Amino acid sequence: MDKIFTKPKSLRDIPTHYCPGCGHGVAHRLVCEVVDELDIREKVIGVTPIGCAVIAYDYWEFDCCEAAHGRALAVATGIKRMRPHNLVFTYQGDGDLAAIGTAETIHAANRGENLTVIFINNAVYGMTGGQMAPTTLLEQKTATTPLGRCAKLEGYPLKISELLSCLPGVYSIERVSTDSPAKVLSAKKAIKQAFINQMEGKGFSLVEILSACPTYLGLKPIDSVKWMAETMTKEFPLGKIK
Amino acid sequence: MSEKILITGNEAIAEAAIQAGARFYAGYPITPQNEIPAYMAKRMPEVGGVFIQSESELAAISMVMGAAACGFRALTSSSSPGISLKQEGISYIAGAELPAVIVNIMRAGPGLGNIWPAQSDYFQATKGGGHGDYHNIVLAPASVQEAFDLTQFAFELADKYRNPVMVLGDGLLGQMMEPILVPRSSFLVPREESKQSTKHEAQSTKTWALTGCKDRKPNLVASFRMREGDLEKLNQHLQEKYQEIEGKEQGFEALDIADANTIIVAYGTMARIAKGAIKTLRAKNIKVGLIRPITLWPFPKDIFDRVKGQGLRVKFLAVEMSYGQMVEDVRLAVGSEYMVEFLGRSGGGIPSEEEIAYSVERIADRKTKRYPLNAKR
Repeated sequence: MDKIFTKPKSLRDIPTHYCPGCGHGVAHRLVCEVVDELDIREKVIGVTPIGCAVIAYDYWEFDCCEAAHGRALAVATGIKRMRPHNLVFTYQGDGDLAAIGTAETIHAANRGENLTVIFINNAVYGMTGGQMAPTTLLEQKTATTPLGRCAKLEGYPLKISELLSCLPGVYSIERVSTDSPAKVLSAKKAIKQAFINQMEGKGFSLVEILSACPTYLGLKPIDSVKWMAETMTKEFPLGKIK
Repeated sequence: MSEKILITGNEAIAEAAIQAGARFYAGYPITPQNEIPAYMAKRMPEVGGVFIQSESELAAISMVMGAAACGFRALTSSSSPGISLKQEGISYIAGAELPAVIVNIMRAGPGLGNIWPAQSDYFQATKGGGHGDYHNIVLAPASVQEAFDLTQFAFELADKYRNPVMVLGDGLLGQMMEPILVPRSSFLVPREESKQSTKHEAQSTKTWALTGCKDRKPNLVASFRMREGDLEKLNQHLQEKYQEIEGKEQGFEALDIADANTIIVAYGTMARIAKGAIKTLRAKNIKVGLIRPITLWPFPKDIFDRVKGQGLRVKFLAVEMSYGQMVEDVRLAVGSEYMVEFLGRSGGGIPSEEEIAYSVERIADRKTKRYPLNAKR
């Protein structure tokens, strides 16, 4: 009998450290499926973030480099400029990419670095214990906004993708979600296109993936994807931004 | 065959890096080292290398980390406040065991301080600087020629030990022009040749470099060690490496110490001024010598042991463009039975030949240990 579904070659067969219902596992797998389908495993170099996905490289069967919190796009710039024939991507969370690394993100985008960015937006800091993220929704309760995020004190959810889309150096930005199987499939399509863009030398491509963090949303996995579909996508509408 | 050229310290450092095979530079403007990025902006493209004016010092050092992770010789440069910002990346580079060169053309602090030359980043450079148990190898040139030579040596040490190496100069050295001898061929690096030999092709000996995992297992460049015991293992390995460096790489210059009653200890620009004072004092028949550390870390402890081993009744005078940083290492090296006095200024002032000579004369007949010594201004 033919095997029609299998683990990607790029994905290591090890137990997961992510919480039940976490979106990282899905996103990791999608990256690996794309890497396999494009047959770039021996050419790809991943730059991993600080946060829950700090050990993403434990799951990935290809070359990886660590970066300090927020500096992934600076490290990736150094790699890609010296190895233009390799495919270089960063995998970053909302705190990494849109708070502590805002400068690195904006300037790598503005230079039009020929890179692929996988941006995981789950509206909260996971690894450190559920603090407010730059993308935390108004009224959303976190460890550091116990009464809910208040615009007057904590500002608004930062729409970094929309902000980046204003820059002429940016080639492509798309926001996708992982709250349903159909959306997971379109997320994969967006990731694949972002890698193809780099292979064709088109420049800076970013895929923002809305992802669930049931643990710090305080919701069951099933309810957290419902929250994503009904609440989070209102603030972060899906689709091609640029 | 070599050629004599007139060049500033900053430009000599930049050219030396190019000739050492560095093909990646990232940096952010700050006085008094701006000639380095300007030189690199022009020179890197000529040799097929990459120059990036980064958005910050944090980004610059992380870009260097990326280039180094791919196996290329890479450097960044800055001056004191900017070097403070780079500490994050330097710590990561040390933890991930990557070779990289960082140039600090020191200015006076603390805070924004000013742009006058100083040596007040000694602690930061030699004791770690960033978080965690690590050391930079620190080289302190005292002339433009030495700035050129030591920058080249810095890349060799960085590769040999897979460790960050800092070239620690000051604004005076960076801005000063001096004639230096450089290999004749080197200023005329053939563009195409150098492109082929270095760009896009890491040195094959760097088997750990990120190149894409073709025909091998994936490589990982990381300092993170979460599993119990793993980080302790990494740290023990680093400590063994540091011990090896301390044993093998101490560098210093000793001048007139055989018959000296007083030995001045000074590095970089300060040592050159001290040499002027020694000339004056020797003419007056005062027996004074100089130990000039060339490696600040590892601190050249062994020469102090040798001086002590000869049973010399010698006194030490540490002279710095700071308020007393290297002097602590001198005291540790010689132990409590020797008198170690200190003379220093910082914030714009530099101890003069006259001040040094006056201090040496003042302590020449002093019997007991007494410091700090306040020189006449």
